[in-house]
Amino acid sequence: MTDYFYLIPIAIGVGLTALAAFLWSLKAGQYDDLEGAAERILHEETDAPRRN
Amino acid sequence: MGCCGPGAELALLVPGACVPSEEVLLASRIVADGLRQTDLSVPTVHCGACIRTIEKALGELAGVESARVNLSTRRATVRWRCDGAPPPFIETLRQAGFESHLFDVEPDNGHGELSELIRALAVAGFAASNIMLLSVSIWSGADAETRDLFHWLSAIIALPALAYSGRIFFRSAWQALRHRRTNMDVPISIGVLLAFGMSLYDTTQHGSHAYFDASISLLFFLLIGRTLDCMMRERARSAVRGLAQLAARGALVLQDDGTQMYLPVGEITPGMTVMLAAGERVPVDATVSKGASELDVSLVSGESVPVCASVGSAVRAGTLNLTGPLTLIATATASNSFLAEMVRMMEAAEQGRSTYRRVADRAAALYAPVVHLTAFLTFLGWMYVSGDLHNAITIAIAVLIITCPCALGLAVPMVQVVAARRLFANGIMIKDGGALERLAEVDTVVFDKTGTLTLGMPCLVSAESIDSRSLSLAAALASHSRHPYSRALVEAAPDLAHPPLVFDDIAEQPGSGLEARSGATVYRLGRPLWALADPDCASGSASVVLAKDGRQLADFCFEDRLRVDAAVTVARLKENELLVEIVSGDREAPVQFVATALGVPYRAAVMPGEKASYIASLSGAGRKVLMVGDGLNDTPALVAAHVSMAPASAVDVGRNAADLVFLRQSLFAVPLAISVAREARRLIRQNFAFAVAYNLVAVPIAIIGDVTPLVAAMAMSGSSIVVVANALRLKGRQRVAMRAASDEPVSAVAVLEAAK
Repeated sequence: MTDYFYLIPIAIGVGLTALAAFLWSLKAGQYDDLEGAAERILHEETDAPRRN
Repeated sequence: MGCCGPGAELALLVPGACVPSEEVLLASRIVADGLRQTDLSVPTVHCGACIRTIEKALGELAGVESARVNLSTRRATVRWRCDGAPPPFIETLRQAGFESHLFDVEPDNGHGELSELIRALAVAGFAASNIMLLSVSIWSGADAETRDLFHWLSAIIALPALAYSGRIFFRSAWQALRHRRTNMDVPISIGVLLAFGMSLYDTTQHGSHAYFDASISLLFFLLIGRTLDCMMRERARSAVRGLAQLAARGALVLQDDGTQMYLPVGEITPGMTVMLAAGERVPVDATVSKGASELDVSLVSGESVPVCASVGSAVRAGTLNLTGPLTLIATATASNSFLAEMVRMMEAAEQGRSTYRRVADRAAALYAPVVHLTAFLTFLGWMYVSGDLHNAITIAIAVLIITCPCALGLAVPMVQVVAARRLFANGIMIKDGGALERLAEVDTVVFDKTGTLTLGMPCLVSAESIDSRSLSLAAALASHSRHPYSRALVEAAPDLAHPPLVFDDIAEQPGSGLEARSGATVYRLGRPLWALADPDCASGSASVVLAKDGRQLADFCFEDRLRVDAAVTVARLKENELLVEIVSGDREAPVQFVATALGVPYRAAVMPGEKASYIASLSGAGRKVLMVGDGLNDTPALVAAHVSMAPASAVDVGRNAADLVFLRQSLFAVPLAISVAREARRLIRQNFAFAVAYNLVAVPIAIIGDVTPLVAAMAMSGSSIVVVANALRLKGRQRVAMRAASDEPVSAVAVLEAAK
């Protein structure tokens, strides 16, 4: 029973981290131009997405 | 063009219309102190190399802070600071090989809806997966305290997720109920809330069954459908908004003190003097006070031949000035111009149209009462049999959960999203799913002529019979003009790189033609009456002649060209037992020519209002009309029709009014869209039939009281998967249809040849 006190928070914490990461990347505009991002990996210069 | 690929197939829009730098300034917006942002739509960008070329070319301009291309939306965003005129973005891009035009970023309401849905979907997905993990442990035998603990954890995760992700459904259901209607969201909301409430109560009572997983995964599945549907509409809207704006944003106004100022269209009042250069569009209704020119009125009235304008003639807002500069006196404000009149007619037509109810809502109107009645009867039945209130409620709610229209909620949007994707791949944008449903019902297709059946651009008739030296001479002259006939000549000439003669001095006489000197010889290209010393020598019906010192060298006839596969399109439509008609604002002769070539009935010289009322009379006779048109004069008819389509080259209002917009030149988009819509309708019906069959099996089990949360979860996911898989079948047939379509253009040309 005591294992639950560690395992369940860890499991939910991992899920919440992933959710937070997704929401952050959505807000940061990382999904605005998926096709462009696929092409840009071939460019040499730094090419970070810009917030609007 | 930048390079190969699908982007290059996009219909080129109004070549040669120039953009004054004042207009660029007007369309830009200030993002920070002194920093301005301009959005450009670049329809031909499509690969990594294009991105680099554009970003480099724009980034090197003086004053530009940053330039970034969005490949998905085919748009470039430039940030710049500059006190005077803006840097020449459009010219720079043209030199780099990309056509571009200004893009108006409207305050984004739609985008907010999509990101709200995606966030709701993410939260529901997180909650559903975690609750499902806990539920699996319960189903595999966790009991007593462990089960209670897991139920409580599930409840803690479910409550915020339900509040956050569920509000999309609750809001819409509440809206519907408040207006005493019902939609799909009503049974969904009731089912989800009751399942959650009962599970919470059972958890406090240490019950063995809880439906937290069912209520949250139901939300998750439904949100997938909702989000895809929204993405589809968003994509179509952004593609349509990316097309060139065909109405003037503003004009150069001559002020009392003699200075010129660029004013937005809305600020031009009657009596103002407007300077209009060749290549610009008339901003408001006006009369000509100085100058002479020719006007392209094809988008406004449907007439294919340019109209002469000289001092005193009235010009309509939206027409394109072709050859010479004009000075105009405005006679109306923008809100009283022809365009505004059309918008008013559109609104009138809109009111006359019966409101269409989406298939899903009609299904829900039947479905919800049946489901709720069944649940209620189950409750009464169990009360009567066992007399145990808790047991009766539990079973009644299990009935609600099992019938909750998970499959039904996915059935329609999934099919429509797949259909929209398939149309998108063929260059057809669809504004919403309802349009697809209406398109499937169509039994009559009404075409406009100019710009729809034809390209709206003249082309040279029988170029091969003309002496090639004369033709290249004429083309060399014509390359100095933006008149449609000149463009047609340039296009028809084999090579322009080596003109046979070098002209010393070329001048365009608006309304007459071009005059050039080479030494002592005078060449004239234009109207026979003007170009020839003795007009009686003019041969036949030629509209343009090339003359050397007044003697005719060659004569040219022009004709508006049918779209490549107009004939095949019409034939295909007839094959599908659709009635095809032409209703045009153009004169009798050209309409008759096209109608005979295609073998369809026609009406010529129809006023815009008559077009709309004709469509309305067809609808009144019980016909479901698809209107295909591009001009300003078609827009009331587009709205009046059951469903409407417009080419990408249509006027702005027309594109906004139409339910579908096709981006490629081929008219084959029309039968393709109809056949996709019909197939989508078939699949939607299959999905409905499946949902009914599923309920016929599952509901009795639920009524008997044998449904556990495990059974509910399996039934729900199973039915959703079946429905989604069925929707994807539409995509599976794509390859066959595509191959058939790609064979068509060849035969289309053959049919056209035969028709001539």
